[in-house]
Amino acid sequence: MAETMARLHPLAAVKTVADAHLLAQGPMGRFSLRLAANAAPAPLGALGLSLPLAPCRAAQSETAAALWLGPGEWLLLTAPERASAVEAALRAELAGQAFSLVEISHRQTGLSLSGPRAAQRLNAGCPLDLDLASFPVGMCTRTVFAKAEIVLWRTGVEAFHIEVWRSFVPYLWELLVIVGAETS
Amino acid sequence: MLLITCPFCGPRPELEFGYAGEAHVVRAQDPREVSDLQWTEYLYQRSNVRGVHAERWRHAHGCAQFFNALRDTTTDHFVATYRIGEPRPDAAVEAGR
Repeated sequence: MAETMARLHPLAAVKTVADAHLLAQGPMGRFSLRLAANAAPAPLGALGLSLPLAPCRAAQSETAAALWLGPGEWLLLTAPERASAVEAALRAELAGQAFSLVEISHRQTGLSLSGPRAAQRLNAGCPLDLDLASFPVGMCTRTVFAKAEIVLWRTGVEAFHIEVWRSFVPYLWELLVIVGAETS
Repeated sequence: MLLITCPFCGPRPELEFGYAGEAHVVRAQDPREVSDLQWTEYLYQRSNVRGVHAERWRHAHGCAQFFNALRDTTTDHFVATYRIGEPRPDAAVEAGR
């Protein structure tokens, strides 16, 4: 009888225990949407939001989030159980124009980092200016953390959401734990 | 760290960028029409400027877009950055002196 392979969280084999400010998130529905920016219909019913057109800004509804990654490129986040419904609805909504919608739910993993020293902790590996004036709440961007490429999204004054490719998760996790111990 | 101003994202750390060669190197519309010498020059000859140089950069770990920059090769100072398709902003060079 064929056995079903179980999907493991990329941190399943990592023993390092993090502090309360660093959390690994469970599964999430993710899509990469490419679309001519001037063709973006507003708002998108499938997501309940309008695609952010301003550079490095995220839009959020109750059920989904859209992160501007580049001109005509967005990262869409939804709850995992809604992913297939969102995909079907988006395809129907965008029908007739040139677009690319690729599911990347399993390509990356979300981490959340919070606390009064969150920005300082990120700056150990990320050279961006994370001052609230230059990286306000709602700003998101693709950037680097040490040797890993990440998508960084400021969800609160002291809260960040990090999207990182699956194979880089243990690396990023261990680094953030070390830095957390050093900055606390 | 050196900051490079991406025409889409604003000033960002140099680490996020990749260099992509000299800018404004025009490929012949129909390569069959040009001589071997012209084609060789298109492929291999670069201006190798000492001073302000127009070059392509890519915001690889950011918005992933290519753009053009004017950079002084002697000082590594970025005089101006501009989007692909826009003319070379030589006025900025004069203003920067």
